[in-house]
Amino acid sequence: MSRLSVRKTYKLFIGGAFPRSESGRSYVVTSPKGDFLANAARASRKDVRDAVSAARKAFPGWSGATPYNRGQILYRIAEMLEGRRAQFAEEVGGGKKPALEAVDAAVDRLVWYAGWADKIASVYGTPNPVAGPYLNLSTPEPTGVVGVVAPADPLLGLISVVAPVIVTGNTCVVVAAERAPLPAITLGEVLATSDLPGGVVNILTGHQAELAPWLASHMDVNGLDLTGVTDPELALACEQAAAENLKRVLRPVTPDWSAEPGIERMTRFLETKTVWHPAGI
Amino acid sequence: MFEYAPAPESRDIVDIKPSYGLFVNGEFVDGGGPGLKTVNPATEEPLAEVATATSDDVDRAVQAARKAFGVWSALPGAERAKYLFRIARIIQERARELAVLESLDNGKPIRESRDVDLPLVAAHFFYYAGWADKLRYAGFGDNPRPLGVAGQVIPWNFPLLMLAWKIAPALACGNTVVLKPAETTPLTALAFAEICQQADLPPGVVNIVTGAGDTGAAVVAHPDVDKVAFTGSTEVGRVIARTVAGTNKKLTLELGGKAANIVFEDAPIDQAVEGIVNGIFFNQGHVCCAGSRLLVQESIQEELLDSLRRRMATLRVGDPLDKNTDIGAINSAEQLAKIRDLSAAGESEGAERWSPACELPQRGFWFPPTLFTGVAQSHRIAREEIFGPVLSVLTFRTPAEAVEKANNTPYGLSAGVWTEKGSRILWMADRLRAGVVWANTFNKFDPASPFGGYKESGYGREGGKIGLEAYLDV
Repeated sequence: MSRLSVRKTYKLFIGGAFPRSESGRSYVVTSPKGDFLANAARASRKDVRDAVSAARKAFPGWSGATPYNRGQILYRIAEMLEGRRAQFAEEVGGGKKPALEAVDAAVDRLVWYAGWADKIASVYGTPNPVAGPYLNLSTPEPTGVVGVVAPADPLLGLISVVAPVIVTGNTCVVVAAERAPLPAITLGEVLATSDLPGGVVNILTGHQAELAPWLASHMDVNGLDLTGVTDPELALACEQAAAENLKRVLRPVTPDWSAEPGIERMTRFLETKTVWHPAGI
Repeated sequence: MFEYAPAPESRDIVDIKPSYGLFVNGEFVDGGGPGLKTVNPATEEPLAEVATATSDDVDRAVQAARKAFGVWSALPGAERAKYLFRIARIIQERARELAVLESLDNGKPIRESRDVDLPLVAAHFFYYAGWADKLRYAGFGDNPRPLGVAGQVIPWNFPLLMLAWKIAPALACGNTVVLKPAETTPLTALAFAEICQQADLPPGVVNIVTGAGDTGAAVVAHPDVDKVAFTGSTEVGRVIARTVAGTNKKLTLELGGKAANIVFEDAPIDQAVEGIVNGIFFNQGHVCCAGSRLLVQESIQEELLDSLRRRMATLRVGDPLDKNTDIGAINSAEQLAKIRDLSAAGESEGAERWSPACELPQRGFWFPPTLFTGVAQSHRIAREEIFGPVLSVLTFRTPAEAVEKANNTPYGLSAGVWTEKGSRILWMADRLRAGVVWANTFNKFDPASPFGGYKESGYGREGGKIGLEAYLDV
């Protein structure tokens, strides 16, 4: 007799823990063919607020960590992801070979961003030769808590939007791809075992149209990445709501996730701080 | 004063083979020259016999590097990055073993090899790994190309760290290397060769040729070497610059120093004393950027020197593997002779010599922490690099005089400034002709921070984004 498998409960990932939605709701996740896969948690407005609180709480520690430390932790995430290659390929689905390639690309993307941790300031910061006896130095600093609406590409797309936000010291709340949220929650398990402090990445599953506006209007969110929003009206409403506290916004795009990403996803959620100091006896 | 019980780090963690070959094309091979014994400078006991490379051996190593260059430079940067990340991780995994090996072969205290050298070695590989696929962001154009085969000659004071400074950026940029470690400290470089094997680095990308000065000269002079990088004495640096003159070889040199550590009257004395001690006694003073000239403002001279003498009396000299040791063994009999000679000159030229009461081990190469006061700028101990735990004290009255005296040297590697006034730090930094200026700290290193000298301390920088330039065809 074949053994009956023990299935995983897919929950949210908030503050380093895996709670169910406080709303008690869930929704059915199916394979592209329509087969039942899981009941994923359907996050609520309250879950968004809890996740933002967790992200805010994690911000001082994470942004205050040395860039070298952050780089090592991102690299550790890559190591942990590589170790679960087969599991992720299965969850990503859509054919074994392309799925494995997508997982490999996600690992490599993490490694790429890991290397940026202690380099972005030397590429994006600058000493400024002002006309006077002053040291004048501009350095990038993380914006704060960033809300991220992840694209439909369930792993490579997800990694490609989360890694650039956190590598510079931001913390984030991610709304996972609505139809394929399972890799995102499994990624939470990877993050939870990679020395990433709890709350740096918080992952919500549920309905994008319900959750994105709460993130967009939340006054303790400083940046908003709308990459995964496909409905132009929803995108517009989110961007308008984001204007209230002048969130930095990345508008929806459908990029080629396999291409080298450039530095724009990092710089969008960086502030430039310029320090003046006199020179004199 | 507290008494300390011995607290030796176990040497069982490291397995030293009786003999080592050269590392060429991914394998250990015999060398054509006579074997050389590397000794533990703390006991004078031989540790291992190491092959020496003749010019034929060097030629084979360069050929292997040339052959590997095609493959290595054609790899996507992201793949080179992953090799370097692997190396960084293996170094982290084997850090304690490498630290013990470094202390055995070099004589430096385990506290330094464990807490300074090895973390920096791993960090350096980690840092440059990240550049391998980001070269187009470094400001050298869209697709900066590597140079080819790099010939690298490194010193004995930070054997594995200097290897990291040379190999990590070279490989990240797509070059292959032939590296010659110092004659007296080859063992960690050979352990690194094993690490390259563990990382499955393609054969020929890293080649290690051990030997003495003639081996290094053969590496530098080889016609198929495109880039020469040297860290060591200014004297040898000049010879190398003459050797590569008229060729297309790109050259970077990191040479000697005679750094001024400048203490103003408003400096916090206790912190300054710690900085002075770190500046000159760290690594037995075997540091090219050591703060070997203390420039102290006249008004606080007595107070500062009293405090410094008290602090020096607490320094523990002895077994490098003891976790409480501050000052280990001098690396070689030859170096000890140089330090003794220059110290004798200090006395005969009229400076006043002082060392704390300090019992030195019977065997091995040792020199007590030493202070010279009443030093004039004309004295040899104020002008020549001593590369030992010997500090020369001079005084000044005004900031301008401090700058004048600090710059009165053919060297220009580093300088230290101690004052509570930020604007004065920057005013001084603007005027000091030195590649690194430490303010209210000393001997700080980070892979993200460029290091290198002005004037006869050499040219080119290692570390940071700027450190890529030495290994790119730009």
